[in-house]
Amino acid sequence: MKFSENWLRSWVNPDLSSDELGHVLTMAGLEVEGLESVAPAFNNVVVAEVLAIAKHPDADRLNVCQVNVGEAEPLTIVCGAANVAVGLKVPCARIGAVLPGDFKIKQAKVRGIASFGMLCSAVELGLAVESNGLWILPQEAPIGHSMREYLDLDDKLITLKLTPNRSDCSGMSGIAREVAALTGVDLKPLSFIEPAVTLVDKLVVNIVDQVACPLYIGRIVRGVNASAPTPVWMQRRLERSGLRLINSVVDITNYVMMELGQPMHAFDAAKLTGGITVRGAIQGETLTLLNDQIVVLDAGVLVVADEERVLALAGIMGGAGSGVDLTSKDVILEAAFFHPDAIAGRARRFGLATDSSFRFERGVDFSGTRRAMARATQLLVEICGGEVGEVVEHIGSLPARAAINLRTSRVARVLGVVLEPAQIADLLGRLQLSFVMSVDTFSVTPPSFRFDLSIESDLIEELARLYGYDNIPALPPHAGLTMLPCSELQRDLAPILQTLVARDYQEIVSYAFVDEQVERELCGNDSPLALQNPIASNLAVMRSSLIGGLVGALRYNLNRRQSRVRLFELGACFSKVDGAYIQTQRLSGLVYGSCLPEQWGAKSIPVDFYDAKADLEALFPPMTLRFVSAGHPALHPGRSAKIFYADQAVGWIGELHPHWQKQYDLTTAGIWFEIELDALMQTQVPCLNEIPKFLPVRRDLAVLVSESVQAQSLLDVMLQTRAPYVQEVVLFDVYRGQGVEFGKKSLAFRVVLQDTQKTLTEVEIEPSMAILVDVLNMQGAQLRM
Amino acid sequence: MEQLQQIQEQALQQFAVISDEAQLEQVKAKYLGKEGSLTALLKALGKLSNEERPQAGARINLVKQAIELALQQRRDELATIKLTAKLAAESLDVTLPGRGLGTGGLHPITRTLLRIEQLFYSLGFAVSSGPEIEHDFYNFTALNIPENHPARAMHDTFYIDPEHVLRTHTSPVQVRYMESNQPPLKIISPGRVYRVDSDATHSPMFHQVEGLWVDETVSFANLKGVVQDFLQRFFEQDDLQVRFRPSFFPFTEPSAEMDMSWKGGWLEIGGCGMVHPNVLKHVNIDSEKYLGFAFGLGVERLAMLRYGVSDLRQFYESDLRFLKQFN
Repeated sequence: MKFSENWLRSWVNPDLSSDELGHVLTMAGLEVEGLESVAPAFNNVVVAEVLAIAKHPDADRLNVCQVNVGEAEPLTIVCGAANVAVGLKVPCARIGAVLPGDFKIKQAKVRGIASFGMLCSAVELGLAVESNGLWILPQEAPIGHSMREYLDLDDKLITLKLTPNRSDCSGMSGIAREVAALTGVDLKPLSFIEPAVTLVDKLVVNIVDQVACPLYIGRIVRGVNASAPTPVWMQRRLERSGLRLINSVVDITNYVMMELGQPMHAFDAAKLTGGITVRGAIQGETLTLLNDQIVVLDAGVLVVADEERVLALAGIMGGAGSGVDLTSKDVILEAAFFHPDAIAGRARRFGLATDSSFRFERGVDFSGTRRAMARATQLLVEICGGEVGEVVEHIGSLPARAAINLRTSRVARVLGVVLEPAQIADLLGRLQLSFVMSVDTFSVTPPSFRFDLSIESDLIEELARLYGYDNIPALPPHAGLTMLPCSELQRDLAPILQTLVARDYQEIVSYAFVDEQVERELCGNDSPLALQNPIASNLAVMRSSLIGGLVGALRYNLNRRQSRVRLFELGACFSKVDGAYIQTQRLSGLVYGSCLPEQWGAKSIPVDFYDAKADLEALFPPMTLRFVSAGHPALHPGRSAKIFYADQAVGWIGELHPHWQKQYDLTTAGIWFEIELDALMQTQVPCLNEIPKFLPVRRDLAVLVSESVQAQSLLDVMLQTRAPYVQEVVLFDVYRGQGVEFGKKSLAFRVVLQDTQKTLTEVEIEPSMAILVDVLNMQGAQLRM
Repeated sequence: MEQLQQIQEQALQQFAVISDEAQLEQVKAKYLGKEGSLTALLKALGKLSNEERPQAGARINLVKQAIELALQQRRDELATIKLTAKLAAESLDVTLPGRGLGTGGLHPITRTLLRIEQLFYSLGFAVSSGPEIEHDFYNFTALNIPENHPARAMHDTFYIDPEHVLRTHTSPVQVRYMESNQPPLKIISPGRVYRVDSDATHSPMFHQVEGLWVDETVSFANLKGVVQDFLQRFFEQDDLQVRFRPSFFPFTEPSAEMDMSWKGGWLEIGGCGMVHPNVLKHVNIDSEKYLGFAFGLGVERLAMLRYGVSDLRQFYESDLRFLKQFN
């Protein structure tokens, strides 16, 4: 909502500067998001008339002009503008004037001739970005008059960010009413005399949908001159409200809307067949709107129609075929109340947002509709002439304004500050809310202009607003103190993240929507979860994995000369399973480049699967993970694994597939892992086992196996066999090379044996080790001597 | 006698100039060894008379002791010299950088969120979360934003299907939490939210922290108190000015926008208000008995102000040169 400050001040004029007024509005919930001058600062510029022109004797392009600035003697001014001509009215900056850009006008000699001022273009006055020479003013511009006064340039533009509840402030009268309530300054009433009815013509109006249109006021005005110019004062106010000038009749309806908040419409009577009907559209009816958009209507969409066709989308926009143009003679004026429920959301469905729909969907003051018709009629006759027909008024059941109980005790409870009944009464009065008071309860009837007031809380907000949010103290709450639950079965997230940080990982945050190609190719997702209205084609589907963001971030940083990149991200991943949306938080990492930062005394070794695996495992103690070879579209088929935690598949780890490595110009492989956060968060409460009094015994076992045998399979059988005293079996060496034939490898295990009752001797140890050797043999492992 | 004197002087002189441990031991043998000159004198004692023997023996022993003492001192000196030389040779360039992994860091948004959680935790706020693909009902309807309400248009919503949206705010968590918990309630809910908007000050994905306190005696004055307290602690500025401006949210009444003073002006930091009775009604909480306040803070805005970030988009570019500055 944008408007001229001077216009507002013509309604109510508190003794406040523009900034102060803006602050008052902002602090009352009518946020001033813009307060700007109509024109930049300049002074001493007047309307002047060019009386005579002579060529400058020493300069081809200059003219020596005699200029009337309203004084006895004309001024001599040298002017270089090509469009200067005798008889023109132009702005003249006089000696001493200061123009925008701190340009001072002094008496000067121009090529030997004294010049006493400067004739100006609109650019020089800061009112236009470009111009073709001098600014030519209308012939009626008063000579000698200050340009600032003549064009009302000391005005400011106020832009309000209106919240949806404050439709009452979508007209000057409403804003003025609010300012009066806030400042206590009296409102200057708008006074005009509605022209007398001189025609017997009466508009025929038929309201079919009385629920959607409980009030319709129409009248015909004949013999208007639609080509009459819109008065300058009206033009100015409309332009300063950001409205385009159309023709005088449309301008008048727009003006009344801006003035009183009541949207109006004007039809050219000659373009109508029969009377006016307000009804629901018939499925498939079409209408060409004023903006030339053709809409096909669904059944029930509220329209204004004549006997033959749809004329307008009620309350939203008129049709191109029935509007007033410069040749129109007979005009039908419409002022209606369309119910917010009938308008809300409709304009948006057609991709429209009009001044009219903005007001109707938020609620228009139906008690002012008749007056708006009177005002429009008065302005129309005054500006365009014409004979006025009788008003036709259809009134159905308008929204009821039920009384609301307002308890002083509740006010104190909600706000935390006590307002005395007298104070409440005063505040309600200033808001023009009528009430009946009994002991400590007010029965308040909301006015027709406040659609947002329907419950007690609404009134409490009104009181608080007027009382001033600033005047409500900021108090620490008082409450019973109880501790928050603190489960030891759930780990804190922060230390988990810190573990990765300590292992040299940098956290990133990337968008949850990714390129569809990433989902299909890197995640093997054949049916990515698409957004209906993505912001960009490369952000069109929801991620099912964090890999896309990490790979993107890796490439972004490699392109910026980083050579070692270690990233992690925590975020939701999305999928749809059996019609339900699955959203899981995952933690994912990607490492690339050398294992260690470049440094002295350490060889630069590229990070590999086992480095990343150790990082991942470091997150889990005391719980352990299992890794099972499995294929993933993003990963090297021989170097990837599914991660299991407590028999649940919870993630992936692996080396990026050479194919992607090549496609992304990676010189070494990156290692990626991803794990469900839920698995990471679970833990157990420690439960102490007695520390054995006797020392453990260690025995090592080295076996030869073929390359295809996985260490885990040997560990599994050794542990599953439950050989007595065996507490721990750990792989500590893998050897290939001299002494081991090609295609085989040597695996060395450390076996720790322990008893709680005695120190073990060979008598106990030997049989246990024999059992282990046996099960290893059964796996095809040969003991290495 | 003179011979003894001579032996002692000669031994001491020789010890003093020897700088090698092995040589020292060789020289020692010349005097104290089996064939040593002093040993020879001791052996010769037997040839002396019983009267002479004790005196001569005592004299020889004195010299022997003196030589042994000198020998030990020289041994110690040589050992010290050797150790000193060894330590000198072993000295390190202590200014060389330490080896091993570097350290990474948390994203500034995570850092900010953890700080926010910590502050509210100190006041007893639990952390709750909700889904990011949210049902229309929780994102709008249950928050008193019926279909066609103009406030829906203000939200620039991403749709997954006609009934599911990417949540436009963290407020749905309020409803979800109140559905399954009885008052008194005190939670914050940090999380990601989405709007169809993208420029230097708007990101299609950003973070909010929702706060909710429902109890019998919480008021708008308390809301002001808590939010002001938070902002002053967050920015570590006891005199930070916080301003509450009337505003409109369908799910709070009265509603306010919070501004904080910043470099001579006011900056919007979030929205808040007293929970709308309709919202409480949706979750069967008696709005006569209980009052609640709720607030939503813009996390990016807080992080930007705290750390001097001017372009919101930097948070999502994953540029290590940006991220490492928060480590």
